Amino acid sequence: MAENPILTIKDMSVSFSSPDEADIEAVRQVDLTLTPGKTLALVGESGCGKSVTARAVLRLLDNNAEIRRGSIRFEPEGQAPTDIARLKPDSLPLRAIRGNQIAMIFQEPMSSLSPVHTIGDQIDEMMIIHEGLKPKAARERTVALLDQVGIPGARERADAYPFQLSGGLRQRAMIAMALACTPQILIADEPTTALDVTTQAQILDLLRQLQADFGMAMLFITHDLGVVAEIADEVAVMYLGDVVEQGSVYDVFARPSHPYTQALMNSIPKLARKADRVRLSPIKGTVPAPKDRPEGCAFTSRCPYAFEPCPTIRPAQTDVGNGHHARCHLLTRVPVEEPA
Amino acid sequence: MSKLLSVEHLSKHFLLSGGWFGPERRLDALTDINLSVEAGETLAIVGESGCGKTTLGRCIIAAQSTSEGRVVYHPTSGGDVELTALSKREIKPWRQDIRMIFQDPMSSLNPNMRVFDIVAEPLRIHRICKGRELEERVISTLEKVGIPAEAVGRYPHAFSGGQRQRIGIARALVLDPRLVIADEAVSALDVSIQAQVLNLLEDLKDEFGLTYIFISHDLGVVNYIADRVVVMYLGHVVENAPTEMLFEQPRHPYTELLLEALPIADPLRRKGRKKEVRGEIPYLGNRPAGCPFHTRCKYAEDVCRKDKPALRPINGTAQEAACHFAEKLELKGAYEDAPIGHGVEASLDASRRPHVHQSGGDGSTAEFARNLPE
Repeated sequence: MAENPILTIKDMSVSFSSPDEADIEAVRQVDLTLTPGKTLALVGESGCGKSVTARAVLRLLDNNAEIRRGSIRFEPEGQAPTDIARLKPDSLPLRAIRGNQIAMIFQEPMSSLSPVHTIGDQIDEMMIIHEGLKPKAARERTVALLDQVGIPGARERADAYPFQLSGGLRQRAMIAMALACTPQILIADEPTTALDVTTQAQILDLLRQLQADFGMAMLFITHDLGVVAEIADEVAVMYLGDVVEQGSVYDVFARPSHPYTQALMNSIPKLARKADRVRLSPIKGTVPAPKDRPEGCAFTSRCPYAFEPCPTIRPAQTDVGNGHHARCHLLTRVPVEEPA
Repeated sequence: MSKLLSVEHLSKHFLLSGGWFGPERRLDALTDINLSVEAGETLAIVGESGCGKTTLGRCIIAAQSTSEGRVVYHPTSGGDVELTALSKREIKPWRQDIRMIFQDPMSSLNPNMRVFDIVAEPLRIHRICKGRELEERVISTLEKVGIPAEAVGRYPHAFSGGQRQRIGIARALVLDPRLVIADEAVSALDVSIQAQVLNLLEDLKDEFGLTYIFISHDLGVVNYIADRVVVMYLGHVVENAPTEMLFEQPRHPYTELLLEALPIADPLRRKGRKKEVRGEIPYLGNRPAGCPFHTRCKYAEDVCRKDKPALRPINGTAQEAACHFAEKLELKGAYEDAPIGHGVEASLDASRRPHVHQSGGDGSTAEFARNLPE
């Protein structure tokens, strides 16, 4: 199933300006591709720019943020491609896409659902606005959707307010809302982070199954490598605003090629018996502030293998086979050296 | 090993106001908890949110009054101290021995105090030392947890999340405690920082001969750090077993469910089929009769709906479970020796299994190269 990409982010940079400080480039260089029916997981630690990237796609960034460079090309089947980065955040063409063709699920369902409207009304509204359905017809579809995302007693629950639902049910309602207009792209920003493991497993199952039913592309943002391994087809690892490594989930986990990815994998405890237990090898130091980021590779300050070109020269994207690539000077280093 | 602390028939209920005229409602947060902590072990308490694990921690340290039962501390000096029977004044000296580390490093440090004073406060309150000696002790403790001496004059906001957690650890350790209760101590941290703090906790344990009660919801971390695991569900202990036995073969269906739900950072072990994770934790206020877990249990039979099973040793081992069918059920553990291959995964041979270097290593480029594809 070699399909054309539905969304292509090329060389995007997002900067935040502030009246009394220098601008902060939260996202320095991001290239991502989403394909229908596939899940791309964007993984990284807090502050690496993964949420900013996701919000940039829907142009939901704060007013002081600006996409300085790059393009976000959205090309749904049978439709002329649009560069979302060129649209105005509140323009009609963008509003026709946001929530309709590209939908988003947020981390905290309690704070992203309206507390004063029932779940049903909030979902109805989407279909009334985007598809011009009559309220009655919209409610019918809402009930069907709530049923599909596994909310028991969907017809009654449509009249419930978010506070009357448990965390797991709220997140399901949120997913139903995102799916209301059968989007081609679903962006899920840490959708399971606030949930218990058992609920998380259910939600991941649900997303996987809905993807199979609707065939949408999914951009899944998480900091949890376990969740990545469960749900992703492709992985992109971000560090301090850069995508440092990208490839199929099997390749990246089998052969992490960027020192940051390797270090990240060594930081999580393996599920092993005591005899096979290895002490964790954490990454030294902490993530520097974006203003202290070196001009070259962002990971230089914590990388155990850093050498001459790292702080000053940006590593190029190097293919390590099978569409798996990383940005690291070590990959392009000529092996014969070590001068006497 | 000797017993350090025992919890006997501990129960805790909260009374909720029923409104102006309604009767008060009773919420049973903990029901008949029995467990003991051996000196030198790391005991993990796991369960979903609302299962009572934090309340149990708070009851042990007597930050919360208990409704029934006792918490008995066995100090090195011999004798038994019943913590639950002591007044606030009487309990104070024992607070030096039992310390707590909190989950959220942002909210558990006073933003108006300098780091030095935060760590010195317990020493001052317990009147242990002052002046020069106090200064030395605070600084040496901070250095042990990796906070440099130059930084002691700063306020908490100047530190990152990981550093703040280190300060919280220093505050717990400065009194030279025997038992440390870590309530979700690493949950709010990023993975790379979490690994640093886990290593630190291990090193400190060896150095000071500590005992930990490690409250967590993350079974991956628990498997890594704990010697023994207590699984809680709706205020009950449903299983209590040495870590390896519990992960090898759980004896309570709830433990199996938790292990099944655990995401594993290895796509080769991705379960292609749907996970058998059912239902949600019910509201504590309407806890089912009989076994608390029977509403979600796929093995439940009539007896489960009527009789509440007691926690008992299974087949004479150190593994205890509260399930009527604990001996009969063949439950699935979390360790898997080989990936369950199917589709793409099956075609990948062993050489393509994740190979990540584990040792700290010498940091040479040669070592890095070994991890690269040819």
